[in-house]
Amino acid sequence: MINIDFLMAGVGGQGTILASNILAEVGLQLGYDVKKAEVHGMAQRGGQVDSHVRWGEKVYSPLVEENNVDYLIGFEMLEAARFPHFLKQDAVALLNDYRINPPLVNMGKAHYPSRDEIEKLILERAKKLIWVEGTGISKGLGNPAMVGVVLLGALSNLVGGDEKVWVETIGKMVPPKFADLNKEAFSAGRKVTA
Amino acid sequence: MKKLMTGNEAFAYGAYINGVRVGAAYPGTPSSEIMFNFSKYPGVYAEWSPNEKVSLDVAIGAAYAGTRAMCSMKHVGLNVAADSLFYAVYTGIKGGLVIICADDPDMHSSQNEQDNRNYAKFAKCPMLEPSDSEEAKQYVGLALEISERFETPVLLRSVTRLSHSATPVKITDAKPPSPPEEPPLYERDAQRYVMVPSNARRRHPLVEERIKKLAEYAESMSINYIEPGDKKIGIISAGVNYHYAKEVFPDATFLKLGMVYPLPKKLIQDFASQVETVVVVEELDPFLEEQLLLMGIQVRGKDIFPVFGEFSPTLVRQCAITAGLTTALKTPPEIKTDLERPIRPPMLCPGCGHRFLFHVLREAGVLVNGDIGCYTLAWAPPLNAMHTTGCMGAGIGVAHGINKAGVKDDVVAVLGDSTFLHSGVHPLINVIYNRSATTTIISDNNATAMTGFQEHPGTGKTVQEQTTTVVDPEKLARGLGFEKVDVCDPYDVDQLKTVLQDHLKSKQPSVIIARHPCVLNAKEKHNPPVVDPDICVNCGTCLDIGCSPLVQDEEYVRIDPLLCNGCGLCVKVCPQEAIIEQ
Repeated sequence: MINIDFLMAGVGGQGTILASNILAEVGLQLGYDVKKAEVHGMAQRGGQVDSHVRWGEKVYSPLVEENNVDYLIGFEMLEAARFPHFLKQDAVALLNDYRINPPLVNMGKAHYPSRDEIEKLILERAKKLIWVEGTGISKGLGNPAMVGVVLLGALSNLVGGDEKVWVETIGKMVPPKFADLNKEAFSAGRKVTA
Repeated sequence: MKKLMTGNEAFAYGAYINGVRVGAAYPGTPSSEIMFNFSKYPGVYAEWSPNEKVSLDVAIGAAYAGTRAMCSMKHVGLNVAADSLFYAVYTGIKGGLVIICADDPDMHSSQNEQDNRNYAKFAKCPMLEPSDSEEAKQYVGLALEISERFETPVLLRSVTRLSHSATPVKITDAKPPSPPEEPPLYERDAQRYVMVPSNARRRHPLVEERIKKLAEYAESMSINYIEPGDKKIGIISAGVNYHYAKEVFPDATFLKLGMVYPLPKKLIQDFASQVETVVVVEELDPFLEEQLLLMGIQVRGKDIFPVFGEFSPTLVRQCAITAGLTTALKTPPEIKTDLERPIRPPMLCPGCGHRFLFHVLREAGVLVNGDIGCYTLAWAPPLNAMHTTGCMGAGIGVAHGINKAGVKDDVVAVLGDSTFLHSGVHPLINVIYNRSATTTIISDNNATAMTGFQEHPGTGKTVQEQTTTVVDPEKLARGLGFEKVDVCDPYDVDQLKTVLQDHLKSKQPSVIIARHPCVLNAKEKHNPPVVDPDICVNCGTCLDIGCSPLVQDEEYVRIDPLLCNGCGLCVKVCPQEAIIEQ
């Protein structure tokens, strides 16, 4: 059983924590030892939220080590751009094509890097970067809050594991009245990397 | 069956399955979810107390009555509750009493990063430190056993990385012990429980004797154990740091300590004699290291690892490489970039009532002594509207002191409703008793919002969703003798300005309650206004209220309707009247 380290990066309110909870639970269901860590002390206030999820035969640290991440899942472009030094050389990055300005950018006092600049920086380390219209797809399905599940769909093809386990875990962990919609979001995400 | 649980969920589960009947806490990151989760289990009593000291006294009372009890708090909460911890160690308890305190290395959401292991030594109280959620569950049970066997409270230490990490926990089918059929019998024993000097003098030697016995007991505890390995390096560690060290030194000999105070000295001596170099891996203070040095053991610790911040596998490896304890792994080439990646600090939410208040305070140019809560965010640019913040409840006393020093500035104290009921009442009594021209502003959003909207004595609801008496700060202030008390909604900026000026001019002790429910908690939302690009001159005045939906483009400012809450403060501050309500 190999170790797989994931890093999810987003902004408070984007659903990063729910998505990382689902990812950790899928790992457990697939038979891995699993640990998950997150920083969310003041996330509700629009700050950055990073979640580390680790699958393996035996996992010690809940925090991933730099140079070791297999999959970077960016919910927001700038947030993903903070972590290229965490990636392995053969890492894959999944990036939601979505921008939320930090306050200094809104005030015209800082520059938000361009999509190309972000892509170039991440590809300095990752072997592959896949853009996902996560927010767009999620909105198209009628609820912009499912971006995390779209990203998980895209990720599931790359990571493997029984699709049924992914779908059932999502069904159990999202609010019941949105379960079917989230399964659609998952399928739409899978198509991106099919 | 295994279930993923955060450390905090596991503490609550451990308390439930081990028959804890009474739990009390005041919320504080990273500990808040312990009591919230515990309160949902059947057959338990749980409460949000007004502050940590009250919560510990409540738990002590239950334990005096022979009932298993739990109290949980963040690290600085134990400063508030310290007085109670010290007497409880002297009196001892009857039912098991576990006190869970969660440290916050790197201050993810705190004003300091004190190492609460020092309290164990200071108060002469045993302390256990679990390293993951399974241990968090188990150690609650163990702590209760130790507590009852040695008749002492037991401290259980967590850190942010344990409390907020999720790891697998074995779920038991066994039901928790049933509650006693008869009410517990309170055994009166005044010589033991009344801490006057004559009684306390008899208790102190027992405390010293008890901690010696606990040190002997530590030698045989299964949670203190040696993992054999390469004898060159022997790692001593506890808590989450143990896991970081396992990543970096997979082959070393380990001594994992489940009890960090008192220490098993013979076991440690034995371990040290087996290995060439002893290395202590511990976050924050050299707590274990200093005790080892006193035992005459040569150790490496804080000469390698920092005394501040949070550890990680990355940091432990870097430090170990620098110290020559391990060799560098083959790593990919370093990424060299000068790409600007602007920080994303937390801000007051769109629609937050606090923003209206601090906008008015900044305009008035008053000196603001703040406190701990969401509103502390008002100190930062662009609001720049808070000038001191120390700890829970400090602001009113500091404002009174500044006034007594005779400064010319108008001085106000600002604190939230939950913080006011936590530790603002006594300093408010001081303002009226010792008379200063301090205006105390309670920015009342009807929740302990910062830590996740918990109920408090002012909300009329308990943690177990019972309806209860509302402690009204207005009545309270009037009852204390304040004659000048006003309540207003900060959304009405003009009224708030008028009230503030009236209070400042009065030069008497006064209270303003600026009341608007937390918009996240109350789910309040209005239509977002729009900027008329033909009128907007892009002056940037609206940006000074620090509201995230306002975006400055090249020609004019626009409002992101997805983020906007429609509160209308930007409409009020725009000098061009370019922002139009919808």
